[in-house]
Amino acid sequence: MLTVNHFTILSAVLFSIGALTVLIRRNPLIIFMGIELMLNAVNLAFVAFSHFLDDMSGQVFVFIVLTVAAAEVAVGLALVVAIFRARENVDVDEIDMLKG
Amino acid sequence: MDYGAFVEGLVFYLFAALAVLAALGVVIARSPVRSALALALVFLALAAMYILLNAPFLAVAQIMIYAGAVLILFLFVIMVLNPRLDIIGARGRGQTFVAIVFTIALGVLLIATLASGQIAPTTGKFTPEFVASIGHVQVIGTLLFSEFLLPFEIASVLLLIAIVGAMTLARRERVPHAESKRDLR
Repeated sequence: MLTVNHFTILSAVLFSIGALTVLIRRNPLIIFMGIELMLNAVNLAFVAFSHFLDDMSGQVFVFIVLTVAAAEVAVGLALVVAIFRARENVDVDEIDMLKG
Repeated sequence: MDYGAFVEGLVFYLFAALAVLAALGVVIARSPVRSALALALVFLALAAMYILLNAPFLAVAQIMIYAGAVLILFLFVIMVLNPRLDIIGARGRGQTFVAIVFTIALGVLLIATLASGQIAPTTGKFTPEFVASIGHVQVIGTLLFSEFLLPFEIASVLLLIAIVGAMTLARRERVPHAESKRDLR
């Protein structure tokens, strides 16, 4: 019998892997993938709670998260393209002009 | 143990293993294209989870928006930029080590918190029978256009802003800068 804990633990594992991706990779594209992974993990937790509590609000929230994630990816990838045009290089450790 | 619960458990563990392995693939793949394809597997496994959780509309939306739109966008940008093979690990060795330690700590903390909790017996209105009698898409549509109308409209404005923002950011600058300014005058 599957309980809500099965799904939330899977969600926690995926979230941690997403956080690891953001921390240890240098390519901004892959860092974005880590962020997507974290968003998906949270979505899974939302849907799991929505199912086990018989409440649809969680699923509507996931729908909103989907739109925000799509917007985030569009703007983020546009930024990566713009940086690549200016620097010919997309290593996040070398994009540090804004530091004080 | 009845047959339905067994199949449910089997499907869950199968797709959970797939999701975790593919997520690890995103972290350790050196080529960005391979990372993106591993990410597609994660999205598909999560879509299967949504079906298991009685959310077919979200499963389809997940495949269409994530596996379709977001991933294709990623692949396009990877192909356009053609980045070198990525070095795994941050600039300093120490930073990578600390990142791994802290991520494991975060995971253990989250799992310990979530595994010890139990949710209250359900009291919600939307039981599977109720949702099935109306239809899942209809229920979500009705909620979006009644209770959640404001977030829905804000999301649409956000998408518009994102489109304009992405176009402005990614647009190529006019090459002779001074000339185009003179033309404007």
